[in-house]
Amino acid sequence: MLTEAQAWQALDAVEDPEIPVISVTELGIVREVILGEDGLRVVVTPTYSGCPATEMIAESIVNALKAAGAGKVSVETRLAPPWSTDWIAEGAREKLRAYGIVPPQAALADGAQVVRFMSRHVACPRCASKRTTRLSEFGSTACKSLYRCEDCREPFEYFKPI
Amino acid sequence: MGAPAMTQTTPAHLEYVLRLGDAALIHGQRLSEWCGHAPVLEEDLALANMALDFVGQARMLLSHAGTLEGKGRDEDTLAFLRHEGQYRNPTLCEMPNTDFAHTMIKGFLLGSFNLLMWSRLCGSSDKALAAIAAKSLKEARYHAEHTGDWVIRLGDGSEESHRRAQAALDILWPYTNELFAANPTDDAAAAAGVGPAWSELAEAWEAAVLPVLQQATLTVPARTPFQTYGKFGRHSEHLGHLLAVMQHLPRSFPGATW
Repeated sequence: MLTEAQAWQALDAVEDPEIPVISVTELGIVREVILGEDGLRVVVTPTYSGCPATEMIAESIVNALKAAGAGKVSVETRLAPPWSTDWIAEGAREKLRAYGIVPPQAALADGAQVVRFMSRHVACPRCASKRTTRLSEFGSTACKSLYRCEDCREPFEYFKPI
Repeated sequence: MGAPAMTQTTPAHLEYVLRLGDAALIHGQRLSEWCGHAPVLEEDLALANMALDFVGQARMLLSHAGTLEGKGRDEDTLAFLRHEGQYRNPTLCEMPNTDFAHTMIKGFLLGSFNLLMWSRLCGSSDKALAAIAAKSLKEARYHAEHTGDWVIRLGDGSEESHRRAQAALDILWPYTNELFAANPTDDAAAAAGVGPAWSELAEAWEAAVLPVLQQATLTVPARTPFQTYGKFGRHSEHLGHLLAVMQHLPRSFPGATW
């Protein structure tokens, strides 16, 4: 059967279906791997409440671990503490940028305050220009916003800090 | 979801969680109706994304309500197989979409309330509810930011956008009375440390909402005695129509999975 280290290694190869350049471990959603008598339990913290990729990710995790030789595998959801973009691995940030998605800045401190018309000074991932405009708070998925570079005129996405 | 030992769930506790779950579900359903109909593509994406957040929150809350109830009802049973009078969302949530300004005003009024609610519920004595709150709070901040920005843009925008935003505010404002109406369920839930009585949030809500409406150059309507009773299960004529659409598939094909 798999060791814990082998299980983590297998999980390193499970891609995020929405952003296939980073793995679920780099995304920081795999919180724990537990080897027990009843098989392998993987504890996952979801990114967004309504993220449609959540169920697909759970399925990919089970498939990858079974392919690596695990017997019984179960995926558990753990809500607390809530996932934060601060948990994204350092190395994954450059992979995101190379893929055209600006990595998230540090998440705001928890609280109920809201910032209006916030300019986040997000630099273009293609030409590094800082003259960029936010087109929408929400991009192709809830975790990203849509921006445009005013110099190279290309649209790009920004992984929102949460 | 790890619910604490639930031998002693009180009816008020269950009712309190159902109100939160149904508010998220019905607001999410209304937002999802925009899919493919928003004025611009970016807003179509934003509305669909917010709808997904609300439906996701509803799933967690209704699953938790099912656990609290302990009668074997899961999120789908609660979402799709109850009758109109069994839903506990405030009437404001079920008000039909008219135009984009209406949806942004409604989203802002509700979103500002949610932000305060989740913030307080992070300290709930119900640990599962506190976990849902901590997660939802992060999303609610983006919803309040997005809708608030639009309220200002529309209100302080063109003559036409101002007219529509003001009309929406005039229609929706009286429905916010219900959010803060005192009731025994809230009192019992607050006494047990489950969460705040909603009426406790009134002052902070006004402090969050009024400056934005002012910046949007909108006139806040005077408070009237108008009361709605959605969270007590007495709904407007609109909820039945919404449910007819939302429940159509699971009622037509009982046991269907998707």
